[in-house]
Amino acid sequence: MTAPTYDLGKLHGGLRLPGHKAASTTKPIQDVPVPSQLILPITQHVGDPAQPVVSMGDHVLKGQVLAEPDGTLGAPVHASSSGTVVAIEPRPVSGRYGNKAPCIIIDCDGEDRAIEPAGNVEHYTRLQPEALLQQILRGGIVGLGGAVFPTAQKLMQARTCSIDNLILNGVECEPYITCDDMLMRERAAETLSGARILMHALQIESCFVVVESDKPEALHSLGDAMAELGDDRLILKQVPTIYPSGGEDQLVQLVTSREVPSGGLPTDVGCLVQNVGTAAAIHDWIENREPLLSRITTVAGDGIVNPMNVRARIGTTIADVVEFSGGYSEHPDHLIIGGPMTGKSVSTDRVPLVKATNSILVVLKTSFEGRQLSCIRCGDCASVCPVQLLPQQLYWHACADDENKLREFGLTDCIECGCCDLVCPSHIPLTANFRIAKGRIQELADEKARAVRARERFEARNARLEREKEDRDAELARQKESAKQAGPAAIAEILKRKQKKSEED
Amino acid sequence: MWVAIATIALIALAAGLSLSFASRRLPPSPGDLVEQVNDLLPQTQCAQCGYPGCRPYAAAVVEGTAAINLCPPGGEATVQRLAGLLGRESIPLAKQLDTAVAIIDESLCIGCVHCRNVCPVDAIVGAPNFMHTIIQSECTGCELCVAPCPVDCISMSALA
Repeated sequence: MTAPTYDLGKLHGGLRLPGHKAASTTKPIQDVPVPSQLILPITQHVGDPAQPVVSMGDHVLKGQVLAEPDGTLGAPVHASSSGTVVAIEPRPVSGRYGNKAPCIIIDCDGEDRAIEPAGNVEHYTRLQPEALLQQILRGGIVGLGGAVFPTAQKLMQARTCSIDNLILNGVECEPYITCDDMLMRERAAETLSGARILMHALQIESCFVVVESDKPEALHSLGDAMAELGDDRLILKQVPTIYPSGGEDQLVQLVTSREVPSGGLPTDVGCLVQNVGTAAAIHDWIENREPLLSRITTVAGDGIVNPMNVRARIGTTIADVVEFSGGYSEHPDHLIIGGPMTGKSVSTDRVPLVKATNSILVVLKTSFEGRQLSCIRCGDCASVCPVQLLPQQLYWHACADDENKLREFGLTDCIECGCCDLVCPSHIPLTANFRIAKGRIQELADEKARAVRARERFEARNARLEREKEDRDAELARQKESAKQAGPAAIAEILKRKQKKSEED
Repeated sequence: MWVAIATIALIALAAGLSLSFASRRLPPSPGDLVEQVNDLLPQTQCAQCGYPGCRPYAAAVVEGTAAINLCPPGGEATVQRLAGLLGRESIPLAKQLDTAVAIIDESLCIGCVHCRNVCPVDAIVGAPNFMHTIIQSECTGCELCVAPCPVDCISMSALA
C-alpha cells in the first residue's frame, strides 16, 4: 500500500465543520430502479444548452443521444433508459441559473433496452490524445463534483497549457455529502483506471489522488487498488479535514503549494483537477462504452428516514429517489440540492436529479438561522476566508452597489463557500449578498459589452455610408470628365439620340 | 515673526498665481470629457434625446445645452452615473422606456427597404422587394424603424 504523504501547502482560513457523514455510509450504494418517467434537462452543464435531436413520439433506447452540444462549450445528453419521448417543454429544475429549463420527458417502457455501441473502437492506449478527447466528448461527461464543466473541453483547454500535475479530487469537504467517499470505497479500481485514461489524454506522468483524513476506508481501498495496479505514476495523498479544502484552487494550493492567480485557472500553475466521480465516469465510457447515464448521490439529513447513497439514473425525480431511500421523516422543512454550505434550497421535489446533483439534503430546521444584526466589524469573516478576501468590506460595498470597489476588493474571486456566513456573529447572509452583487457586476459588464458592440456597428455603418457617397461622387466626376473629353460634338450626338428616343415613346 | 508671515504670504501668492495660470492656460480638454460621457451612454443611437446619436448628445451634455436625464434606454442608472461624472445633481428620468427589440411581421413585409436604411446599427437584413428581418441580437431597441414602415409591420417586443 502506498503510504499517504503529508508534505502539504498551507490553506488560509477554512473551518472544521461537523461532518454528519456516518449515517449515510453504513450501507453500500443502492441502485434506484427505472422510474416511470424521466425528466432530462438540456442544460446540465456549463456552456450553451444542447440542441434536442429527437422529437415527440420517438422511441429511444438507453444510451441514445437525445440532444447534441451546440456551440463551443457543451456536452450531449443521453437517454438514461428506454422509452418514448412524450414532451419537450420547460419544467422546474434545480439549476443554478433560473428555476425552469427546457427538458426532454421520456415515459419509460421498463425494458431498459440499451442501444448497440457504435462499431469497434480502438483501445484508448492506441489512440492519439486528440482522438481520445473527441471520444470523451461523446460520452456526455461533465465535472461531477458539482461544477458540471464539460470534461472534454476542460481537458482540451489544459492541452494548450503546460500541465505537469493531474489532481484527482476525493476531498469531499462539505458536511453530509458522502457520494465520492462511497465511490472510492466500492469502485477504487475503476476510479484509478479513469485517472490513467486522463493521464494518457493529457500525456503527463504524475497524478495525485487526494483524499481527506476523515475517510480511512476510502484511503485503504484506494491504497489496495494502487498496490494491485503497481502504477507508480499514481500517488495517494491525504489532506487534513478542513472545509473548503476540496475547492479546486484550494486543493491545488494544498497539494502543490502553488497559488492559482486571481481570475486564473489551475492550468495557469500547471495543474488540472478532476473529481473522482468524473474519473470513474470516464472509465465507464472509454472502457465499457457506457455514457454518463447515472450518478451516485447522497440522500441525507435529519429529515430522511434512512440516509444512504444511491445510484440513480439522470432524470429520475428527487421525489422518486427519496421514496426509494425510505421517504421523509415526519415534518421535513427544507429540501436542499447539494450540500448545506453551497447547495440550493428548492421548493418542490418534482425536480429531476441532474449530472450536478451530488446530494439531496432534507433538514428539519436550518441551524444557521438567527436574527440579522448590524456588522460589528469583528473581522472573523476575514480570518476564515479561504481566498483571503475581506468579506466585511465587500459587504459594505455590495450594500452600496459600488462596482469599482467590489472589483478592487476581489469579489470575483469569492468561491461562495459560505464560511463567512457561518462565523458571522451578526448572522449576516454575506454569501447571498455576494452572489447578488456578482450578478449585478455581470449584468453591468454585459450592458457595457452590448454598448461597445452597438457603437462599433454604428461607426462601421457611418463609415460605409461615407464610402458609398465618395464612390458615387467619384463615379459622377468620372462621367463628367469623359463627356468633356469627348468634346461638344459627341455631347450634341447624345442629346439628339435622347430626344429621338423620347419622341418615339 | 514678520519674516515668517511674509514667507508664508509669498508662498501663498506664488501658489495662487501658478494655480490661476494653470486653470486659464491649461483647460481640461472637452474632447476627453465628451468621450467619457459617450462611454456611459448605451449607444443605441436611438435619437430619443433629440440629438442625432449618442455622441452628439454627449457633446451637448458637456457643453451644458442638454440635461442629463434625456436618455430613456440608459435609464436611471445612466442619469446617476452622468451626475457622478459631471458633478451635477441627479434628476429623475424624463421618459421611461422598457428594453425591447423590434420584430418584423414577415408575412406583411413588402420589401421597401425604408426600415433598413434608417437602422443605425445595420441590424436589419433585406434587399429591395425581398422580405426583411431583424437580427435580434444586434437590435438596440431604438424604435427608429417603426415609423418609416408603410405597412406597419414592425412592432416592439419587450425583453423578458
